[in-house]
Amino acid sequence: MILPALFFYLFAGVCVASAVMVIASRNPVHSVLYLILAFVNASGLFVLMGAEFLAMILIVVYVGAVAVLFLFVIMMLDVDFVELREGFIEYLPVGVVVGGIFLFELMMTVGAWVIKPGVTKAITAAIPANVSNTEALGLVLYTKYIHYFQLAGLVLLVAMIGAIVLTLRHKANVKRQSIPVQNARTPELAMSVRKVTSGQGLQDADAAEWVQ
Amino acid sequence: MSFETAGYQLTPVLPELVLAVGSMALLMLGAYRGQGTTKAVTTLAVVLLIATGVIELLLPAGKLTTFGGSFIVDDFARFLKILALIGSVVTLILSAEFLSDPSRRIFEYSILVLLSTLGMMVLISAGDLISLYLGLELMSLALYVVASSHRDNAKSTEAGLKYFVLGALSSGMLLYGASLIYGFTGTVSFAGIAAAANEPSIGLVFGLVFLLAGLCFKISVVPFHMWTPDVYEGAPTPVTAFFASAPKVAALAVLTRATLTAFPGILSQWQQILVFVAIASMALGAFAAIGQQNIKRLMAYSSIGHMGFALVGLAAGTPEGAQGVLVYIVIYVTMTLGSFAVILAMKRGGQNFENIGDFAGLSRTNPTLAFFFAMLLFSLAGVPPLAGFFAKWYVFAAAIKANLFTLAVIGVLSSVVGAYYYLAIIKVMYFDEPLTKLDPVRVELGAVVTIAGLFNILFFAYPGPLVSMASAAAKSLF
Repeated sequence: MILPALFFYLFAGVCVASAVMVIASRNPVHSVLYLILAFVNASGLFVLMGAEFLAMILIVVYVGAVAVLFLFVIMMLDVDFVELREGFIEYLPVGVVVGGIFLFELMMTVGAWVIKPGVTKAITAAIPANVSNTEALGLVLYTKYIHYFQLAGLVLLVAMIGAIVLTLRHKANVKRQSIPVQNARTPELAMSVRKVTSGQGLQDADAAEWVQ
Repeated sequence: MSFETAGYQLTPVLPELVLAVGSMALLMLGAYRGQGTTKAVTTLAVVLLIATGVIELLLPAGKLTTFGGSFIVDDFARFLKILALIGSVVTLILSAEFLSDPSRRIFEYSILVLLSTLGMMVLISAGDLISLYLGLELMSLALYVVASSHRDNAKSTEAGLKYFVLGALSSGMLLYGASLIYGFTGTVSFAGIAAAANEPSIGLVFGLVFLLAGLCFKISVVPFHMWTPDVYEGAPTPVTAFFASAPKVAALAVLTRATLTAFPGILSQWQQILVFVAIASMALGAFAAIGQQNIKRLMAYSSIGHMGFALVGLAAGTPEGAQGVLVYIVIYVTMTLGSFAVILAMKRGGQNFENIGDFAGLSRTNPTLAFFFAMLLFSLAGVPPLAGFFAKWYVFAAAIKANLFTLAVIGVLSSVVGAYYYLAIIKVMYFDEPLTKLDPVRVELGAVVTIAGLFNILFFAYPGPLVSMASAAAKSLF
């Protein structure tokens, strides 16, 4: 009983700490790396809850795709983050006041909140024994929910076509790699031996051949 | 051989399957044969849409459901699917010239229209919140792309981006509403929600408001109309014609089905929302269009106003009201497509003109075009005996029967105000000094204008079939 609790506090603690570091660290690349750490720990929490499918999806989708994409974008964009932070002190009092009011209201609301006992039983179907949740999803996703699954696939197809339509440009005068042409090159085609006259070097006419 | 998958009958989704597989086949054709196939793909897309419509009509009669009730084919769905398919076919026909320009030869345009139409058909047949959302996304995502399909044009790109950002926001609201409704009723199916939602609870009404907000965005009614004028103006004109026709049909269809079949128990709750939205849209459509100089912006405000009129019928919440909505949307689609065909025909020296001043003296340079456009404008204004008058007649009659007198009176008054700007265009066409003659009008544009014009002029003589079909379709919801 002690071990799951220990792991819970480990994952939760690291998760909260790295979430704080995401917004606190000065270097945006570090922020993204802390974000990845937060995701990994959150997926650890999912595993503790027995939702192993969600945990793996979190790793695959968020860490594997989204966060890496974030990294790419941040490294490619030349965003001046120092400039973005300017005026932080200036706006701090207003921010603190607004945040404080909001927190107070939230506490008033949540403090008076009583969740109906037994509500979790009322809104969820009984969890069948001996079926892991990945298996449970697999049992319905391609059978009971085939309609939704196929429609979601079509939505993704449209997204793909849209991305191609809006970004792909066939530019003229662009050099493209052609592997058959490369393979067909022979030393005779690629090289030529010239006599270089002493003191004159290669003439422009000779150099032009190399560019082609 | 049994035609089913995972225990579900596939016959009701046969038209959608044909459309989906067909559009993917056309995608392959275009992808492998290059942009030279644009014309062939567009032609085949029209054929595919017509084939889909024919299959839809050949389905067994009565109410068919499949996928555990998440897909419903009833008379209502058949009626509106055929209308949406007609809207898409006419859009593709109107786009022929746009696509023939070498710089805009993109075969994906037709594919995206096809997939968007597929989304509309799913939306019209949606029997629960999940298929509603997926259909809506499939429809809208393709629309965002076609809005910016003229990507070297700053206005077209702006239109696409604006539509995308605001559309994503509205999807978020819709999803939030749907999740609240699911949380408070315990089900996503419309029939299940109707059984659970007998009395208004705060959570349920909250969810309903957000769901309606998301759907109102798609039919662009006040206060979710802000995107409409900019997107209509910025998008290429055939695309604007598409926005104004088929997607409106689908979104209005799902709004009608959701309110009437999922929330009949809390009619008084959504009725007041729809009454407000209808009044605000009719008023804004009437007043904001007055100052417009660009005909596409004017059509945008006009469409906001017309959606307000259509919602008058829905607000009644009765079979007559639903019938009014159906008649209204059919007539609205014909008027809109006809008007956009005229706008597309406004070419001088290969250049398209979009300002109202460019119509000056059209009656002397192109008398036939001017006559049909004048008839379409009279119809949009609701002048008897044209079709637009009967469209308004059916919705207002339903509203009065449901004791919504204020709504009907405000509706009639705003339609009088709205008549001003339609008549102003007719004045420009008939009484101003003529400009130079237009380029020869392309055959397909002329055909669309003529058919739409004749439909609007002759509707009063033989309204029976349409009205009785709409009546049967409306009854299938109750």
